[in-house]
Parts: sequence; C-alpha cells; structure tokens
Amino acid sequence: MSDIAKDATASRMPTYVGMPAFPKAAHEAVADTRLRRNLAHATGTIRERRAAAVAELDDWAELRDAGKRIKDHTLEYLGHYLRMLEGKVTEAGGVVHWARDAEEANAIVARLIKETGETEVVKVKSMATQEIGLNEALAEHGITALETDLAELIVQLADDRPSHILVPAIHKNRAEIRDLFSHRMPSAPEGLTDEPADLAEAARRHLRAKFLSAKVAVSGANFAIADTGTILVVESEGNGRMCLTLPETLITVMGIEKLLPSARDLEVFLQLLPRSSTAERMNPYTSAWTGVTPGDGPQNFHLVLLDNGRTDVRDEEVGRQALRCIRCSACLNVCPVYARAGGHAYGSPYPGPIGAILSPQIRGIGSKVDASLPFASSLCGACYEVCPVAIDIPEVLVHLRAKAAKKLPEKTVMKVAAWGLRSPARLALGQTLAGRARSLAPHLRFPRAWADTRDLPPIPKESFRAWWKRTHGDSADRKDAS
Amino acid sequence: MSARDAILGRLGAPEGDPDAEYLLLHRGYLERHHGDGLVELFAERVAHYRAIVHRVTEAELPGALAAALRLGAYVVPEGVPAAWTGSIEPSRRLGPDADLERVSGTITGCAVGIAETGTIVLDHGAAQGRRALTLVPDHHLVVVRADQVAADLPDGLGRLDITRPLTFISGPSATSDIELSRVEGVHGPRTLEVFLV
Ligand code: SF4
Repeated sequence: MSDIAKDATASRMPTYVGMPAFPKAAHEAVADTRLRRNLAHATGTIRERRAAAVAELDDWAELRDAGKRIKDHTLEYLGHYLRMLEGKVTEAGGVVHWARDAEEANAIVARLIKETGETEVVKVKSMATQEIGLNEALAEHGITALETDLAELIVQLADDRPSHILVPAIHKNRAEIRDLFSHRMPSAPEGLTDEPADLAEAARRHLRAKFLSAKVAVSGANFAIADTGTILVVESEGNGRMCLTLPETLITVMGIEKLLPSARDLEVFLQLLPRSSTAERMNPYTSAWTGVTPGDGPQNFHLVLLDNGRTDVRDEEVGRQALRCIRCSACLNVCPVYARAGGHAYGSPYPGPIGAILSPQIRGIGSKVDASLPFASSLCGACYEVCPVAIDIPEVLVHLRAKAAKKLPEKTVMKVAAWGLRSPARLALGQTLAGRARSLAPHLRFPRAWADTRDLPPIPKESFRAWWKRTHGDSADRKDAS
Repeated sequence: MSARDAILGRLGAPEGDPDAEYLLLHRGYLERHHGDGLVELFAERVAHYRAIVHRVTEAELPGALAAALRLGAYVVPEGVPAAWTGSIEPSRRLGPDADLERVSGTITGCAVGIAETGTIVLDHGAAQGRRALTLVPDHHLVVVRADQVAADLPDGLGRLDITRPLTFISGPSATSDIELSRVEGVHGPRTLEVFLV
C-alpha cells in the first residue's frame, strides 16, 4: 500500500457508528412500511420523469459516450490537469490546499474558518463534505455548520442522516417535516401547516437572516475546469447562490476527480447532469466562478483538493470507473434493492448502487458493512442502463464480491445474498430486468455509441447461486436452503 | 512529504500527450438540436419553468417594464440603457448600492439565452450588476434580445467568457425536497419575468 493508503482507511469516511451490515439494516428498512411507501413513490416518480427528459434528446447515447470518454481521459491525466487547475485558481486570486484524507481536509477547513474569527458558517449541500464528516469535525472545533439546502436542513434539524444523494430527506413525509420545523426551528410560525409551500416559506425565513449575516461559506463543487480554474455548483433553490455570493470567504472542498479539462466539456455534462438527476432540461441555478472578482462575491476563495482514497481507486483497473460518477443519483432511483432497503442501509453518505461500489473502495473492505455492500444488489443492470457516464456498476460489484468474499465470513455473505434472493418477486424482477437489458442491447437506436460504452459483461448470464457455487464450492446450496 | 507531493506523486506521469489526446476525443453528439424558430422555442421553454414571458418590440419595452412593477422600488444597474426604464418614475429606480432587502426587485439585461433549455445566463456585465442584485430581491425582470438567444448549450457556452462570474438561470428558484412536490421560490427571486425583445 502507498503512503497515502497506509494510514487507517477509517480516517477517510465514517462508517456510521453502530451501523449493522447491509442485510440487517435492509431488513429493518423493509419492515418499515411507511418508509417503503415513501421511497417507492418517490423513486418511481423521478424514474419516469427522467426517462422522458432523456428521450427528448436524440443524441443521448452519444452524449453519454462523450461524457465517459472525457472523464476517462481526465482520470488518465489527473496529475497533469490538477497542476493546471492549481495554477489557474492561484492566478485568479484563489488559494489551493491539498488533503490526503478526511482528517487533513477537515483540519484545513477548520483552520481557515478559525482564521476568519467566525464560529458559524453556511453550507451548500455537498457530497464531499458529507463523505469526510466535516460538520461533525467542525463541531469539535466549536464551529457550527448550517446546512442551507432544504432537504439537508430537514435532515440536520432531525439529527438524522441523508438517505438519497439528490433528495436527502426522501424518507420523510410532509407531516414529519411539519412537526420537526414546529419543534426545532425557533422562527417557525404558529399553526404551521404541512403544505410544502408553507414549509418552504418557513425555511426561507429561517435561513434568510443567516445568509445575509454569514461571513464564511463552505461548498462542494460539481465541476472544476482545469484550463481556466473555474468552479461550478449546480442547484435548484438558490441557497447555493446565496452562499457562493454573499459571504466574504468561500471555502470549496472538492474531490480530485471532479475535474474537466476545458470549459467546452460543460456542453456535455450540463446536458447529462440535470436530465439524469432531476429530470429537468436544466436545473434552476448554476453558478460558475473563477478565483475572486473584485467588488462581486467573496473576496477570499480557498479550494481544498481532496484525495481520500481516490488515487487508490484510480489504480484499480475495474473499480476506477466509479470515479467518473457525477453524483446524479439516477442509479438509486432505478435500483430495486434501494427502493426497498432505503438509503440508510448502505451505511455511508453514498447510498444505492454507486454507494455499493464507492464506499468499499474508498474505505477498504475492512468492516462488515463494507464487505457486505458488494452483495447488496440483484445485478439486474438497471443502474448501468441509466448512468449518464456509463459506469458498469454490476461489473465493479462482481469484481468487489470476489475480494469481499475472501474477507467476510461465509455466513454474512449468504445472508446478504439470501436477502436479495429470498423473495421470488425480488429475484424475478432482477432477472427480468437483466434479461431485458441484454436482449435489447443490440437493437437500440444507436448501436455504435451504445456498444462503445458497453462491454457486455458476462455477469447476469450467471446467477448469484451459480457464481457462488463456482467460486466457493457447493456450500451455497446448503446455506441458501436455510 | 506534503499532501500535494504525495497525491501528485501517486498519480504519476502517464505516457502520452494529454493536450493532443484531448483534441482527438470523440464527440459524436449534436452541436445543435434546433434550426429555426429559436426565439419561439426559447419563449416556450422559459415559460415551461413557470417564469412569466412577455414578447415585446423595442418600442413596447419601457411600457411593459413599467407595467410589470409591483409596489416599491427597483434596483437598476448602471449599464441598463436609459431607454428601457424611461417609463418608470425616477423615484422608483435605485442604483446598485441600494439596500437590497428593502427593494422589490431588479431590472437587468443578460449575456445569453439558450433556447433548448430555456436558460438565461448572466455574466454580470454592465447591464446586470454584481450577483447579489439578481439574488436577494424577490422580483427579477430580465430583458433578453432575440439576437442573444443561442440554440443549445454548445452554441450558448461558445458565446460566454467562462472566467467571468456566471449565473445560469432556468426559471425561478424551486425545490422538490418535500415529497417531490415542486415549490417555487425558496431563496432566490420568487418571480422571474422575461422580456423578450
Ligand atoms: S453512478 Fe452514474 S447514475 Fe449513479 S450517481 Fe453516479 S453518475 Fe449517476
């Protein structure tokens, strides 16, 4: 292992304390009928809308192919482009910091905030800061980080955890949110109803004072442009614009894989992301900034470049493709396992299919949660179908299974597998989808681009049972029957 | 070893010429999805986000802007042509230093419109002012000239200087965080009114 990887992988991304391995967590989630109903409704709705938004573009397959190629090229030359980005951000008046892992990144952000003398900061929703547990780390330094995205605010007020990349409070319904605001939001009006518009209005009032007085903001980044040093944040509510514009100091934490070589590449990713994510032609607001602009916006800009296991993942021949992810969450919404188990069962800020391949790679397969994640899938292939950058999630899952199976007691492996396979409906759904996907592949409208981004993996030809039997002898039959 | 050296060292120096390879990257997608009727398409797509769209002539613009105002005063950046606001009482037009929490709205121009996505891009040039002006007040009136409307993202991005502070606006502020029902106006301007000249 390298220098970077030598220190405990535990310092990279918190496994949620007390988190049981996937099968147990999933069992509990499935038993919660309200949660399941909320989730089924929500994921079903987004799924249909997304399909329509994608169907609108004749060249979706080509865009997807270009997105994949641009990301792969960038990953290949990541060092080159990171140096370029550093140079351009510095030239434009920003300060660049490098962090090997979560601990280093958190320490840098805490120090930068302390230097401003502030103890409260506003935050734009960001997966990178979730990944490193920034809010908790700042709290230890006496700094309060206030989430300003409505869903993140709901989760934060509830002392809860996000359960979806795009709609982190997807597991909560309006009545729960109303009760939460009434109890935990001091400015909430008497007699607050559970109408979404009223709830949003209460949040608007609660946050406005904070936006106007905050001196420091922390954000993530959706994209960074290497040859200009430009950073972009894509959002809907305007809380991002508030944070990126009004405070004096802006600190952006960005995974090193978020890079794009040139501004031209945005024409690809700004088409792929909104349609895959919120099923919109374009999200309401996208902000782009390059260093600092005198007289407009923050006058101090810090960019923290976060490795946190990414250089390790990049060295993995099969697993590397996970770094193409643009966090659109489309794979969550089509996943039959996610729809039943919910986001919390995955034990990390990254739930769903992408979480199942990203978390064990970043954290290592050391813990039971991580070793169980590669099995938290029916391998139906739906995630790969929708992924706008063509990440072959099933392929990576199978690859990780082989590794995890060595580490994990057979009993646990079988428990997860059994969870996915026990219900005939679940199994049938998985197999039908998989079968359909495979048989459709050659007849799609854009066979060339399709085939370019799709090396048909042999996985679903082999059922889980067959795979287990082949790799682990005949113990599968025995356990499965129990 | 510094974190920077450790990370860059780990990434190594692969063989090959990144710049040359970048230029050769296959891009099989369409440069444009639309030919004619861009202005109509733009109007339709902007309206789809529940922004209010007015089609006006140059001569009608001042009257239309004046008629759209609510009570109170509006911020007008210095670069907005005097002709646009000629029909608005001078006392209701404030300069960019006004207290943004007390004004009703903002009147600006834009840099580019994108028909396919119904997007308006501000690059915070003279007729737009600093970003806060189009963010804090509740009512944003934006003038888009027909010749500013590009077909698609490739076309639109090509007209922009990416290093300026940019705001891409596609409809008013919105959230779908509560049971996926769409609510307009969380933090940005709750009403976006577009004057297509
Ligand atoms: S893996 Fe693909 S589909 Fe899933 S979040 Fe990432 S980009 Fe989206």
